[in-house]
Amino acid sequence: MGSYFKLTGILVNIPSLLAVQPKSKKTLAKSGVKNIVVVEGVRIPFLQSGYCLHGANSVCFHLLCRGLLNRTSVPRDVVDYIVYGTVIQEVKTSNVAREAALGAGFSDKTPAHTVTMACISSNQAMTTGVGMIAAGQCDVVVAGGVELMSDVPIRHSRKMRKTMLTLNRAKTLGQKLSLISKIRPDYFAPELPAVAEFSTSETMGHSADRLAAAFGISRLEQDEYALRSHTLAKKAQDGGLLLDVVPFKVPGKDTVTKDNGIRPSSMEQMGKLKPAFVKPYGTVTAANSSFLTDGASAVLLMSEEKALAMGYKPKAYLRDFVYVSQDPKDQLLLGPTYATPKVLEKAGLTMADIDVFEFHEAFAGQILANLKAMDSDWFAQNCMGRKSKVGAPPLEKFNNWGGSLSLGHPFAATGCRLVITAAHRLKKEGGQYGLVAACAAGGQVMMLHGLALFPLERGSNYISAPVSTMKSSPVTPGVGAPLKSRGTGCL
Amino acid sequence: MLAVISPRPLLFRVSVKLFYVSSFSFLKSTEHKLITRFCLFPARSHVSCDIKGDVAVVRFNTPNSKVNTLSRQLSSEFTDVMNEIWANEAVKSAVLISSKPGSFIAGADIDMIEACKTSQEVTQLSQEGQKMLEKIEQSPKPVVAAISGSCLGGGLEVAIACHYRIATKDKKTILGTPEVLLGLLPGAGATQRLPKMVGLPAAFDMMLTGRNIRADRAKKMGLVDQLVDPLGPGMKAPEARTIEYLEEVAIGFARGLANRTVSAKRSKGLIQRITDYAMALPFVRRQVYKTVENKVQKQTKGLYPAPLKIIEVTRQLLNAKLSASLFPFFQSFGQLAVTKEAKALIGLYHGQVLCKKNKFGTPQREVKTLAVLGAGLMGAGIAQVSVDKGLKTILKDTAQQGLDRGQQQVFKGLNSKVKKKSLTSFERDSILSNLTGQLDYKGFEKADMVIEAVFEDINIKHKVLKEVEAVIPAHCIFASNTSALPISQIAAVSKRPEKVIGMHYFSPVDRMQLLEIITTDKTSQDTAASAVAVGLKQGKVVIVVKDGPGFYTTRCLGPMLAEVVRVLQEGIDPKKIDAISTAFGFPVGAATLIDEVGVDVATHVAEDLGKAFGERFGGGSIELFKLMVEKGFLGRKAGKGFYVYQEGVKNRSLNSGMDEILARFKVPAKPEVCTDEDIQMRLVTRFVNEAAMCLQEGILSNPVEGDIGAVFGLGFPPCLGGPFRYADSYGAKQLVDKLRKYEAVYGSQFTPCQLLLDYANSPSKKFHQ
Repeated sequence: MGSYFKLTGILVNIPSLLAVQPKSKKTLAKSGVKNIVVVEGVRIPFLQSGYCLHGANSVCFHLLCRGLLNRTSVPRDVVDYIVYGTVIQEVKTSNVAREAALGAGFSDKTPAHTVTMACISSNQAMTTGVGMIAAGQCDVVVAGGVELMSDVPIRHSRKMRKTMLTLNRAKTLGQKLSLISKIRPDYFAPELPAVAEFSTSETMGHSADRLAAAFGISRLEQDEYALRSHTLAKKAQDGGLLLDVVPFKVPGKDTVTKDNGIRPSSMEQMGKLKPAFVKPYGTVTAANSSFLTDGASAVLLMSEEKALAMGYKPKAYLRDFVYVSQDPKDQLLLGPTYATPKVLEKAGLTMADIDVFEFHEAFAGQILANLKAMDSDWFAQNCMGRKSKVGAPPLEKFNNWGGSLSLGHPFAATGCRLVITAAHRLKKEGGQYGLVAACAAGGQVMMLHGLALFPLERGSNYISAPVSTMKSSPVTPGVGAPLKSRGTGCL
Repeated sequence: MLAVISPRPLLFRVSVKLFYVSSFSFLKSTEHKLITRFCLFPARSHVSCDIKGDVAVVRFNTPNSKVNTLSRQLSSEFTDVMNEIWANEAVKSAVLISSKPGSFIAGADIDMIEACKTSQEVTQLSQEGQKMLEKIEQSPKPVVAAISGSCLGGGLEVAIACHYRIATKDKKTILGTPEVLLGLLPGAGATQRLPKMVGLPAAFDMMLTGRNIRADRAKKMGLVDQLVDPLGPGMKAPEARTIEYLEEVAIGFARGLANRTVSAKRSKGLIQRITDYAMALPFVRRQVYKTVENKVQKQTKGLYPAPLKIIEVTRQLLNAKLSASLFPFFQSFGQLAVTKEAKALIGLYHGQVLCKKNKFGTPQREVKTLAVLGAGLMGAGIAQVSVDKGLKTILKDTAQQGLDRGQQQVFKGLNSKVKKKSLTSFERDSILSNLTGQLDYKGFEKADMVIEAVFEDINIKHKVLKEVEAVIPAHCIFASNTSALPISQIAAVSKRPEKVIGMHYFSPVDRMQLLEIITTDKTSQDTAASAVAVGLKQGKVVIVVKDGPGFYTTRCLGPMLAEVVRVLQEGIDPKKIDAISTAFGFPVGAATLIDEVGVDVATHVAEDLGKAFGERFGGGSIELFKLMVEKGFLGRKAGKGFYVYQEGVKNRSLNSGMDEILARFKVPAKPEVCTDEDIQMRLVTRFVNEAAMCLQEGILSNPVEGDIGAVFGLGFPPCLGGPFRYADSYGAKQLVDKLRKYEAVYGSQFTPCQLLLDYANSPSKKFHQ
């Protein structure tokens, strides 16, 4: 756990950071609403699909939960509730949260449920937890998500399923034989889950390619952005910044300790790849898209009083969130653009207030399209019904430790990774507010398109003292005071 | 200099750019440079050219028009631009594209063809076009067609002369050769290039049906090489960005073709290769020609010369080795263009365009919520064509059973589109979410228009009108879908007759193109504007007529059907009547038509009209119909009428139960007017005479709407172009002579109306100038 003094040092050492912070750093605490904090967040290393994970979702899960419990040493019976997200459902463990909870040794009295909302399933898990704590239902919630793309359920064809089910009801041998005789070779063709929209039958990659084209984003720009993601991720990994990773013993294999999808390449090599979706002239390739990934992540959420009472130093305060949805055809991946201004207004912040941006990178083209859309008055006026643009986040604050392009994107596990990375970056970089955004699609659920967004506030134990002591501006006491008074009990 | 150029900024841009390029590449040859510069100066309004690196982008943009057409002006500018491109050494390839997102080239300019006085002139046009396209085909610099929007007729011929085709994959992008629908043949090489490109059977299918082919289908057929998906909103409007993107992609391919990194050769599938192999065998080809020809003969009864010519020309061209032998082909095009069938079909085309416009202007308030009363065949049909165009639709009936049937009909109609893949199941469901089925008047307070399609009984209509007026808002329009009840009679009980109008749909509503709108003296202009707007939104061809018994369409049909009954009574059997009426060009035989309409409906209408018009609507005995109704021979819906209808039986047989009825009403035939031709003319002259009377009485406001209504609503032979076009081509005098001849035998039913007499007396007078 980081300490208060270390942080002060960083603030002193980076005067430029201070120079951009004379604005009022108020707290976003709302009167009458409980403060909800992230105590800890962990994830197993994100592994390229097919690499080594062949266990069931629940196995992967409970191992991770153990990691979370070990790291926080929170007594198992303190956890009031468990919410987990997953996208590709295993029919046998449809309530995977409950199976994982039991496997991880949580009390069998702790209820658990599973949520699904495509790529933001763990965001949904976290906000469900936030809602439960805010409503006073519980104080301690474990929220997370798991995705095992190495092991997806593959079904029999509809015709075959129908025959098999009718076969169950057939009474005589004659009836059975006559049913079996109707089976044709095409009955055996399996049905694979597709990463395609139910409503438009368009694959996500195809949609991303069209989106990039709509915003006139070139192949070169996309490759450059992807390279940035890999380079930054590599730096973060080598620098030991990815603190949320817990080692994971793959059943029957060695223990994995780090993400294995980070591969900084060269522009030349990336340039050689052929388009993966819009053939032969598209711009989205394997190198500038996020890859199929196995992984799991979890956070421990508590009400502030509970955390403080138990002696934890909160890593972050979860302040606000919005979900939005748009046209699943042309704006499938533009969620962050729509949600960012909304949540900022809700929280009373501007783009300039945010110190840390963690956005889910589904495709390089998608990220760049969102940046352009946020920076376009035409888009704001014609598509969002706003008077003017919200402005794009500055790249130097954006996904500085890599993103889904390089770390990987286990659908339902990405949300927690974003939140915990943002918290760690706030601490490391000395910022106060973080913003997390992810776009999702409605693959298997009928939800069209959602997005979760949190303005995070860093844990007060890190921020209140340095800010109030280092600045002499008249605003500061007013800001610092409530934070202090709230935080003193623990500090 | 600037002052001279400034009115034409576009031209200025183009010429500067071209000059810029040429000043680099032609430094050595001053002479060439001068020529290039000289060519740039003529004012170009239809075609422009941008040079992007080594690729020339040629843009079509017919000024002041929604679509691009191959007019003389556009063709000549296009030729000039292409010549410049060929002369410019810095340009290695070219892209053809339109500046209009909805139209690549919608076809040759029909006015231009019509303006030709002789077939020679048309032949020459075709020859010029063909020459230009041959040059493109043989161009050493690859030419890529970037197609977005309609690419039809001459437009398609331009596209298939190019080396590569890229099309936008949206619903607006359609490819086809609709010439046959205008009585013409594809005049600039499609007969020659299409079979090579898509194979003979598919080429015949395209050229003989004139059907529109969507981009994705075109890709599968090999008609286009690449597809570009339409883009969503980005930094500018989606349509604008999509066409820009199409251009970028096309430029990439043009460059690739020029430096040979892209091959224009398609890899053919196994089936295609087998077909090609088979088609190369002369006896297989002969068999194909024979089959196609027989089919065409059977369907057109030889009344349409164009399809047969298309087959003939295609055959000649495929066999021809030398370009010299192309001449007869150009001649055929010229000959076809001056046939009366082509004139009739082109006239219908113009009429259709006219009837797709709202002559009452934009209504004050757009209809967004529509309520349909009665979930019968008509009601459900109206609901279907409304809800799938985005109108919120309420379908109300009085009984759950009827409502269920109606909702099922709408579902089935939309689902058939899913099966044909023109709609996804998701789109079907989201369309259906806008349809509410109900038994009460809930939600009518939000309706902008109510269309009633309840039973044809004035008392029921009155009851419904009163009920509806009690619940609808003040601006809401009440439209009545009736085929014969006068609207003013229905409006008599209305509190606000200015909001009452007639909207006469034809069955089946989702397939029949016509909508006849009926205004009374009291109907307001705005109400009419709204009704037309709704009709156009529903995809209908709309004619607007004055109120009167039977309006226009039903009224014209009345005398003809009365004559059919008389002919039956004279001992001609229904099969024979069907045969001679279809031989005349009616798509459905006259006896079958009665079965389709329903004998009870026909009786009802005949009685009403008989009361209103008296003797003129006589002829056959209405008692014959009444007896049929009594016996339950109601037509197709009852399974028995003149014919017996059985599920799954293709060759229906005559209803033997009719023998006795026909025998009872038998009247002696008049041998002097009973040849096949006389019977045809007895039916048609009564039709035409009544149509002329509608024009004379002001029910119709012009002959164009009269022709459109008769062809699209009643199946008047399209090759004749409608009753008025027919009167012109057959001759008003000749018509009057025929009428007089029959009048002498049958009396006043054949008395020619005054208007027809006037036209007969002055031969220069024509309904269509």
